[in-house]
Amino acid sequence: MTQEIGRGVGAFFPELMLVFTIVLLIVMDVFPGKKSAYLGVSLALSGLFLAFLFTLEQYPMAGMRDGRMGIYFSGMLAVDRFSLFFKLMFVVTAVLTVLLSITEREIRKQGESEFLALTLTCVLGMFLFVAANNLLMFYLAIEMVSIPSYILSGFYRGNRRSAEASLKYVVYGAAASGMMIYGFSLLYGMAGTLDLGGIRDALAKGNFDRTAVATTVLLILAGFGYKIAAVPFHMWCPDIYEGAPTPITAFLSVGPKAAGFGALIRFFYLAMSEPDPGGTWHAVGATSWPMVLAIISVATMTLGNLAALMQTNLKRLMAYSSIAHAGYLLMGCCVLSQEGLTAILFYLAIYLVMNMGAFLVVVLVAEKTGSEEMSAFRGLGWKNAYVGVSMAFLLFSLVGLPPTAGFIGKLYLFSALIQQQWYWLALAGMLNSVVSLFYYAKIIRTMFLEGAPEEGAPAETVAFHPGFGLLLGVMAGLILVFGIYWVPLFDLAQSSASLLSR
Amino acid sequence: MENNLLTLMTFIPLAGAMGILITANANKNLHRWLALVASGIPLVLSIAVWTNFDRSLPGMQFVERGNWIPQFNIEYHLGIDGISAPLVLLTALLSFLCVIASWGIEKATKAYFALFLLLETGMTGVFCSLDFFLFYVFWEVMLLPMYFLIGIWGGPRKEYAAIKFFLYTLFGSVLLLLAILAFYFEYKDPVTGQHTFDMVKIMAASASYRGTFWFVVFVALFIGFAIKVPVFPFHTWLPDAHVEAPTPVSVILAGVLLKMGVYGMLRINFQMLPEAARDFSPIMAGLGLISILYGAACSMAQSDLKKLVAYSSVSHMGFCMLGMAANTTAGLNGAAMQMFTHGIIAGMLFLLVGVIYDRAHHRNIDGFGGLALRMPLFAGVTCVGFMASLGLPGLAGFIGEALVFLGSFETYRYMTVMATAGIVLTAGYFLWSYQRVFMGPLNPKYQDLPEVNARELTTLVPLVVLTVLIGVFPTPLLNMMAQSLEAVRATVGVIK
Repeated sequence: MTQEIGRGVGAFFPELMLVFTIVLLIVMDVFPGKKSAYLGVSLALSGLFLAFLFTLEQYPMAGMRDGRMGIYFSGMLAVDRFSLFFKLMFVVTAVLTVLLSITEREIRKQGESEFLALTLTCVLGMFLFVAANNLLMFYLAIEMVSIPSYILSGFYRGNRRSAEASLKYVVYGAAASGMMIYGFSLLYGMAGTLDLGGIRDALAKGNFDRTAVATTVLLILAGFGYKIAAVPFHMWCPDIYEGAPTPITAFLSVGPKAAGFGALIRFFYLAMSEPDPGGTWHAVGATSWPMVLAIISVATMTLGNLAALMQTNLKRLMAYSSIAHAGYLLMGCCVLSQEGLTAILFYLAIYLVMNMGAFLVVVLVAEKTGSEEMSAFRGLGWKNAYVGVSMAFLLFSLVGLPPTAGFIGKLYLFSALIQQQWYWLALAGMLNSVVSLFYYAKIIRTMFLEGAPEEGAPAETVAFHPGFGLLLGVMAGLILVFGIYWVPLFDLAQSSASLLSR
Repeated sequence: MENNLLTLMTFIPLAGAMGILITANANKNLHRWLALVASGIPLVLSIAVWTNFDRSLPGMQFVERGNWIPQFNIEYHLGIDGISAPLVLLTALLSFLCVIASWGIEKATKAYFALFLLLETGMTGVFCSLDFFLFYVFWEVMLLPMYFLIGIWGGPRKEYAAIKFFLYTLFGSVLLLLAILAFYFEYKDPVTGQHTFDMVKIMAASASYRGTFWFVVFVALFIGFAIKVPVFPFHTWLPDAHVEAPTPVSVILAGVLLKMGVYGMLRINFQMLPEAARDFSPIMAGLGLISILYGAACSMAQSDLKKLVAYSSVSHMGFCMLGMAANTTAGLNGAAMQMFTHGIIAGMLFLLVGVIYDRAHHRNIDGFGGLALRMPLFAGVTCVGFMASLGLPGLAGFIGEALVFLGSFETYRYMTVMATAGIVLTAGYFLWSYQRVFMGPLNPKYQDLPEVNARELTTLVPLVVLTVLIGVFPTPLLNMMAQSLEAVRATVGVIK
């Protein structure tokens, strides 16, 4: 046992790095005295950087040796390339969130190190969530992601909207995780084990009641669906995205959502399906859960896109857009093939860049104008062509138009579907992309088609912080580069699409 | 140079766009001249294509290929045959003339010309691509500049027209994407077992795509392209987009973009799914017939000159559908010819409408009268344009229409007879509007309307010359297309 723990700690370095940074941030806050304004931020960034390095260092080794090499802490956590890919994404998301938070004066006022410590705790929870290999670990991890998120979304204590968002989040979150743990308990009752591989074996062998298994799946889906904001568990999403501080909105729209997908895939692929030769899986346990996921996926993207059409507040619009994207990603989950997994990983990485980039622009504009409404973007393309064009690029990528990386991501998703003959689902996804063009183009229209300079009138300009301009340029540039030559990212996603099981 | 002629033609405009982006905002003349050069070079290169094109070969020429994304078998693969070569020439010509026609634009010239050149890259790329992936990328890349060109520099309802155009076309292109993926996974290389995006390989394997599934794919592709053509009932974006777009953009829309739909049908629907093409042919002919008659009837009812020309495009593109559906030598040649001549004639008509709009600031047909007295030269050129469009023998429009009728009469006798009514209607609305605008006593409001100027003539004269030239001596152009079209006809076979 001691040996097992010792072995586990050896593979736990990235997480330990985060824990260490969190403790430092808290301790730093306790000491009185004048501190440099950027001390907390630089501490958090260096902690994240080290966590990134340790994760990267594990990557080539993970899951390569056979046997139980990649499973640690008595089958609780799996360190495979799949989870490491997610962990790398989480660190990048967290770094971008920390950078975004620099612009928010309000966060400074409320206590920056507190904010950073909570964000990093959330990241730690996401690290555990995607690596969880045991139902108990799933539950602990999902709570560890949720509780800091509740506090973070209510971080502006004096702000009614923020407080309301936080409370809504808590209520919905408690209900969802309650349903999830009920599902887990039913599953434990049937399988007699909490281990994913054990559950799969039990489901494949045992002859369980269809209704019982289906109920269990639905209950567990409530928990996952809540994390990824899938219909009908999405109701919290727009209010919380609107009310939360913008950096946190950006963080929630990418980090916990991706973590939810990682965990959902691990759960369904390892506990609810068996691998076939040739890189595909088939569902076990007498449920057609892929069909359930497909239906949820269509409902999610359709509702997300249709609701987004009406929005005038950018944060709310992005909330619905992120619901729609959860729908696209879910399509990849139900095909049960290696290509589908690769496509999801690839799309998530692209989504991280384009969504964070779009939020960066929202933050920049809100900092200048004090508003997140569509009207704040009027004529932005003429006042600052650089920011306008970059934003247009990110938005076209969110629609999925070439030559942007968003198109390549969608292409892989759709091709995975068509390869497994899910034609109707692919068609639904594509038609949804067309609908989504309308509201993304509305932003572009506001930036470029409205407020064009009249002849003779002096050109209005607006300048932003050059550092953020550079960051935005890098993100938009990545979207363009990966839209034309995406092989490195694809190779990474492909080699990461291997799940380790007992 | 011959080896990368098509790459140069495709990407020099893009390089020009980049060049314009790094110049100063205020230097409007520099933007104009850069755009002129960047669209002029492809025009010069297109002459090399014209002279070096081997008219005896049905297959692809000027082929360039290289690896792009080997993991997914995506290649950089360009080449043209007798179907695409005339369209590449047309694109180069109209783009160059439209840069001249855009000289008067003062609003944000830098963005305008950069977008315009990006559009040219997209259009040329579509006609040259032989890799499905590349084809799709160019197909979509073209949409973005078009959206902005209509939306920023357009007329009063520009926002509505721009988004409508964008949504319609994107809807069509997702169907195209689905079909492309279906082709990709269906094709298995006999040796390596790999899938492919190579259009030439898929065309060669066309006999194996048969059955209900591929018929559905055919219909999806057809709808995708029919939106672009546009064929009734997918045409409703066209009048809005054409009317709201600035003149040069309308010229490109009518002259080049509409041809992409027909080109896609010829290249993909006919050459890759011949069995479905045979089965679908009557529906296609029927939709063509409806487009001819409905488009002409709508033109007749218009009071806006630009809208009239826009609907006449629907009618004229219907002839392409009818000729293609018949799948006879004359029919296919007629359709291809009609594509080229309509590009020239419709381009000319939109330029003419632009000339009058720039002067009178309205386009109401009934609001003029007697302009021939004030602007005799303009009246003359317009007369050539109208006559060519209504199919007067001796001018370009006649060749395509005559060949279409000749070809479709064998296969669809009754529909062809009905389609001739379209010619009568076309003559009706063109002559009637010519009478209202140019004949009669001069409207006193337009006492001192200036005559068409030198710059406008520079854009119009080449088109007039080509119209007459093709009308009298169409053989060089027909020779260019004949072999490739013959190959299409042989692939599809006889329509029962």
